[in-house]
Amino acid sequence: MKLELRGITKRFGALVANDHIDLTVEPGEIHCLLGENGAGKSTLMNVLYGLYQADEGEILLDDEVQHFAGPGDAMKSGIGMVHQHFMLVPVFTVAENVMLGHEQTRGPGVLDLAAARARVREISDRFGFDVDPDAIVEELPVGVQQRVEIIKALSRDAQVLVFDEPTAVLTPQETDELMAIMRQLKEAGTAIVFITHKLREVREVADRITVIRLGKVVGEASPQATNTELASMMVGRAVELTISKAPADPGADAFVVSELSVVDPRDQYVVKDVSFTVRAGEILAIAGVQGNGQTELTEAILGLQPRTSGSITLDGVELVGKSVRRVLDAGVGFVPEDRQEDGLVAEFTIAENLMLDRSVGEPFVKVGTLQLRELADFAQEKLEEFDIRAQGIDTHAGRLSGGNQQKVVLARELSRELRLFVASQPTRGLDVGSIEFVHTRIVQARDAGIPVIVVSTELDEVVALADRIAVMYRGGIVGIVPGDTPRDVLGLMMAGETTGAAA
Amino acid sequence: MTTTAPAPAASAPIVHEKALVRSWKTPIILGVFALVALLMAFVFPNSGETTFTLSTTVDAIQLAPLVVPTQITVIVVAVLLVLAALGAVAFVRFGPGRAPLWISVVFAVLFLFAFLTWVAADKNIPVPGMLVGTLALSVPLIFGALGGVISERGGVVNIAIEGQLLFGAFSAAIIGSITGQPVIALIAAMVGAMLVSFVLAAFSIKYLVDQVIVGVVLNVLVVGLTSFFYSKVLTSDPSLNSPVKFPIWPIPGLSEIPILGPVLFRQTVIVYIMYIAVFLVWFGLFKTRWGLRLRAVGEHPQAADTVGINVNRTRFWNVALAGAVVGIGGAYYTLDVVGQFGKEMTNGAGFIALAAVIFGRWDPIRATLAGLLFGFATNLQSVLGIIGSPVPSDFMLMLPYVVTIFAVAGLVGVSRAPAADGTPYIKS
Repeated sequence: MKLELRGITKRFGALVANDHIDLTVEPGEIHCLLGENGAGKSTLMNVLYGLYQADEGEILLDDEVQHFAGPGDAMKSGIGMVHQHFMLVPVFTVAENVMLGHEQTRGPGVLDLAAARARVREISDRFGFDVDPDAIVEELPVGVQQRVEIIKALSRDAQVLVFDEPTAVLTPQETDELMAIMRQLKEAGTAIVFITHKLREVREVADRITVIRLGKVVGEASPQATNTELASMMVGRAVELTISKAPADPGADAFVVSELSVVDPRDQYVVKDVSFTVRAGEILAIAGVQGNGQTELTEAILGLQPRTSGSITLDGVELVGKSVRRVLDAGVGFVPEDRQEDGLVAEFTIAENLMLDRSVGEPFVKVGTLQLRELADFAQEKLEEFDIRAQGIDTHAGRLSGGNQQKVVLARELSRELRLFVASQPTRGLDVGSIEFVHTRIVQARDAGIPVIVVSTELDEVVALADRIAVMYRGGIVGIVPGDTPRDVLGLMMAGETTGAAA
Repeated sequence: MTTTAPAPAASAPIVHEKALVRSWKTPIILGVFALVALLMAFVFPNSGETTFTLSTTVDAIQLAPLVVPTQITVIVVAVLLVLAALGAVAFVRFGPGRAPLWISVVFAVLFLFAFLTWVAADKNIPVPGMLVGTLALSVPLIFGALGGVISERGGVVNIAIEGQLLFGAFSAAIIGSITGQPVIALIAAMVGAMLVSFVLAAFSIKYLVDQVIVGVVLNVLVVGLTSFFYSKVLTSDPSLNSPVKFPIWPIPGLSEIPILGPVLFRQTVIVYIMYIAVFLVWFGLFKTRWGLRLRAVGEHPQAADTVGINVNRTRFWNVALAGAVVGIGGAYYTLDVVGQFGKEMTNGAGFIALAAVIFGRWDPIRATLAGLLFGFATNLQSVLGIIGSPVPSDFMLMLPYVVTIFAVAGLVGVSRAPAADGTPYIKS
């Protein structure tokens, strides 16, 4: 089926998320929608899927104008979507998830689970997916969950499939498999829209590329274009794709983790027997697919995980069992992975956010009273130093863009006297400009002789920053390898393969 | 990299390694109760004989009463209880780290037996009467819990069960008195409780008011309304508060089974509806399209929305349905067990039903069992009051609530509510 979008415009208040966007996707074609975070790609697809109503423009399928009041209508017309955040009910089985919304029933509304299972098996076999229809979705690896999403779309006979940032949660191997699946679907005549900001993937599968910036189509690119060309189209200026950093000059072992284990509320090990050291003036990147214990590891370092055993020492001082306050006082700077949830208080001003971890004692508090003047001076200084684009220090943190929010977090954490810096997913969801800035700052911290831990699920970021790389898989460390280890070796390690990864 | 490597990540479910956690909660609780049993056996012994009556005079098959010597029995059972507690210790210390549930259940039954034997020295415990009383007190709890399960599975916290029960009872009393038709009164009870549900649904789903607050306010509102009409209208015109009760329909055959037959099958139609309702809610939730969609809406509303399910409409009508189910429980007061409306007659049953929902982990069958347990505890207190127990009656009044707190806090542990329970769905 041929999909055509004509002049789609979607406004949120004063913000124009999509500005007269035109897009045509032919059957048997993979059409890439390339753009930075916040460029309006997801908004456009939500309009297509009936989740949003467009303010202007029309959607055509095989040259017929469509009116979608909701996702139900879009699905009936043959549009399927693989969402970035999977739209699967975690406690349901695969079959239940696939049948939800168009259930086959026997008698008065009794579910025909056998038919649903057969349907899952049939599609699963056709594409070699190897998915068990009776598995509970939340117990499946993320890559398999994504296949369930694909099965869900295919079971509704989708002719147009939209993949919204599908590779964000996958290992490199799973990404390759997904590319193969996309090619297979294309052979079968499906029209595919592939939304991404990752240049490597675009060049690998795309037949056509449309680049979007700030809600507008800035042009088409050929799949043969170089990374630099694509990146500059996407960002609107020439960009450095690799940051320049001098070789590390590591000092003594400063931060030592040994046999660290963390148990979650369901009595399961989420981190198991993890040991590593970080030397002063070096960046240890912790790579791995989301959900393999990285979050819990960083929280354990900060003292946020109550059921932690083992030992964490910073310059010889034991941190396990200490309160978060004491850990911060020991000189640990921490950038949490979810800046909106854990990094900032959205309703506080930039200035207030900058003193969040210094609410005890001077310089900002004297005899229980806030020293507003000191705070204002400090905030103004940091605003300039970290190039935070805001109207002023009294702007609410929640009103800033993602990049500027992250700069506020960085400014707060880096302006204390640090002896360890932990940055968790420091550039998730940021635009290219902010990524450059954050990376530079992290390297600066390293060069100042601080041991640095960067947790990232983005292999590009890991490779760009790391002096050494520790790969986590299911709560353990698979191996610690030098920073120049090839990507495919890292990819195998991220899937739990230890062979060939001897460090 | 155009060729696909063979999948290194298995597509099999991830099995996380379980940490060995030794939970001393159960052994400690059992130990304390074993100590109480020892006190009953040796420090405050009661001598004489205890009689457990097993049949009523109207039963077709008469069973001889069970007579046991009080002191010996208490001593023997107390020793067994100590052994069971030690068994639990062994499970925790040397075994899987957690005492299995069956030990707690066996312990509870034995302890109860010892306690009743001790309390009723030289007296008579009417077992059938106790069971009948248990069921009578459980019926509203079970209907309340079923309504709670339906509503919360769909993602709307139903604190208003108490109000729904009370308004159901009130509507049944009035309409039953006017029409003289218990069936119409029953329908009125369902409609009345559904009206309460509509308010809850409208405010929490449409206007996004905090569900707990709406629920609490509704309870207060219903108490106020019904009390007002009770004192202003019903007391001055008693003909409006004399509904025709449902007759008792013994089921032939089944009602002749010793002990349980009269308890379960010599009842009114409301109790039979309850048996069917428990099954229907269970079957509906887990085997039908209705249940699948309801659970999806309560677990991951956005996922339900993206497959074309209207989340808020589904929630609205299921909250209404939950109200109708609770309403039957309300009708049980005025059309069966009591026979007329009384001021605040539900007396907190709705809140105990809410506890049963949580204790039953949002599962209709388990919530029913929890309702029976709470009903039993409430009834035990009144039975002991009648036969005269050495325990002060003020303490006995606490019994159902103590059991509830112990059950919910102590035994449930971490239970998982439907993921979106209590959160309104806002479409962006």
